[in-house]
Amino acid sequence: MKPLLSIQDYKAHFYTRRGIVKAVNGITYDVHPGQTLAIVGESGSGKSVSQLSYLGLLPTPPLKIMGGQVLFDGNDLLQMSEDQLRKIRGDKISMIFQEPMTSLNPYLKIGSQMIEPLVIHRKKTKKEAWKLATQALERVGLSRADQAMESYPHEFSGGMRQRVMIAMALTTDPKLLIADEPTTALDVTVQAQILELLKSIQQENKMAMILITHDLGVVAGSADEVVVMYAGRVFETGSVDDIFYRSQHPYTRALLRSTPRLDKLEKELPVIQGNPPDLISVSEGCPFYERCSYQKEICKREFPRESSLGAKHKWFCHVEKIS
Amino acid sequence: MGINYVLKRLAIMVPIFFLVVTLVFFMIRFAPGGPFSSEKTVSAAILKNLEAKYHMDEPLLSQYVRYWKDLFRGDLGPSFKHANRTVNEIIAEALPISLELGLLALTWAVLIGVSAGGLAALKPNTVYDYVPMAFSILGICLPTFVVGPVLVLVFGLWLQWLPVAGWETWQDRVLPSLTLGFAYAAYISRLTRGGLIEIRGQEFIRTARAKGLSESEIVIKHSLRGGLLPVVSYLGPALAGIITGALVTETIFNIPGLGRFFIESAVNRDYTVVMGTSLLYFTLIFICNFLVDIIYAILDPRVKYE
Ligand SMILES: Nc1ncnc2c1ncn2[C@@H]1O[C@H](COP(=O)(O)OP(=O)(O)OP(=O)(O)O)[C@@H](O)[C@H]1O
Ligand SMILES: [Mg+2]
Repeated sequence: MKPLLSIQDYKAHFYTRRGIVKAVNGITYDVHPGQTLAIVGESGSGKSVSQLSYLGLLPTPPLKIMGGQVLFDGNDLLQMSEDQLRKIRGDKISMIFQEPMTSLNPYLKIGSQMIEPLVIHRKKTKKEAWKLATQALERVGLSRADQAMESYPHEFSGGMRQRVMIAMALTTDPKLLIADEPTTALDVTVQAQILELLKSIQQENKMAMILITHDLGVVAGSADEVVVMYAGRVFETGSVDDIFYRSQHPYTRALLRSTPRLDKLEKELPVIQGNPPDLISVSEGCPFYERCSYQKEICKREFPRESSLGAKHKWFCHVEKIS
Repeated sequence: MGINYVLKRLAIMVPIFFLVVTLVFFMIRFAPGGPFSSEKTVSAAILKNLEAKYHMDEPLLSQYVRYWKDLFRGDLGPSFKHANRTVNEIIAEALPISLELGLLALTWAVLIGVSAGGLAALKPNTVYDYVPMAFSILGICLPTFVVGPVLVLVFGLWLQWLPVAGWETWQDRVLPSLTLGFAYAAYISRLTRGGLIEIRGQEFIRTARAKGLSESEIVIKHSLRGGLLPVVSYLGPALAGIITGALVTETIFNIPGLGRFFIESAVNRDYTVVMGTSLLYFTLIFICNFLVDIIYAILDPRVKYE
């Protein structure tokens, strides 16, 4: 199957006063049509920047794209002009964000925000777009969608607003939906509803999804493939089963161990010792080196080459066999 | 925001208005001197006649009651100093001039302030930001009685582009209104810049971008409204400042506006004119602030006045 999105050795750095922040430092993976790819990793590992940057959603400067390719439908997004990119954003690629409270404009009616993608990309009249947007709200389970269109964001709860965001992102029938921690700000029951909603819509529309999260529970429930990120690098990729049952990277293992599980009652979860490195001073070696219990001399000097098992499962580690 | 809120605001005005009338009435009367004290040439008999004519021979309290009675009929009384003229006449003549000056100054302030601030916000930390912001510091620091003469010197005397006094032609209006509006333009430019830059950092701007809106659509539809709210809420104090600040400008440019009557009447102890102009200022400022609050509530749907 041809990938919908193919990211190859992509690098994006921030040029700040303090120095160069290597937020995305050479990442490679594919996203296939109709599939969900989850990106996991600790806070600051570059998950958000790895997506926002190639879509032109981060200010340049300080951001600078340093190289690689991001092929969407075979076209390199990195070579596109701002105008070309703008035509793709909100049309073929839609996004939803973590904070449903602040991601909608508080000064504008829900309706006038909902219709924007249809008016811009589908050249609909405001009236047509209004009707379509109302239907979109009904599809995501908002009762009295008519009334909701006339309301302002502050009149809704967080979960409702996230439904609005989802409905808005889907009005143009995108091929790819990027969801940056769509449920982190919501309480647990609402989280489950939103994930369920995303899943059902995805199956209906045959849409690909990139789901950024640091909740491995979410990954197990909704992803097909997983990318584990650390300090701007991809450490391991594979199917959900590869990552959960056959993970080969010490960092992935540590991440899994620090996640609460329902089938095991533990008094205290083991946390990963130490802190993620400062992305300004990352060395040539493996950035996990200091925190890794398998560390070897070579880890300090060289970033490991790719190891793989089967077509999909890939990881980057100098250690041959971990227990 | 409902009719209840409007009524409540108006109801609050009643006791405040009462207080203002009372305070000004007694304060001006307890100040040393009186309306006729400088006229040394008049004889004691004429002075007595004058006082009787203006009811100044009555006890203070009955003068106070009389003032209220007249006030209810909309009569602000006769001027003590301008023979044969009533305060109503003076206001009818001078207020339009002051209002025009004030509105022109406000227009300058908003036009210059918003465009300079908008430019600075679009290109922060460039010359388009530094130059307007340097000017705005100047505008905020320099008092009107410095800005006015400097403008007169440059545009009136050196370049000879504009007249420096009077209130006849449109050219006469330029320098005074600029002088009066300058400091407010300076402050509004800072508010605009700050408001717009803050809005542009908000997450809903990123959402708008993610939807494929162009930069100009983002500015016009998503940034201006929220970004200019600080300016709107500043318009109340700005209007009050412009109304009262007109005193200085009118004096510098020799404009027959209300400010001159106000100053002159305070110096001359022209009791009724002092009262009339003070009450007018108070009412204007109250109405302006009220309007601004209503506009704010219309612009920000989250604001609910109870
Ligand atoms: N505008 C910026 N200027 C400089 N550095 C930045 C900027 N934005 C992000 N970074 C840095 O880039 C790195 C990656 O940030 P990113 O937001 O992608 O992390 P994340 O994995 O999404 O984390 P989280 O789980 O907290 O959302 C971080 O170290 C962050 O400090
Ligand atoms: Mg993030």
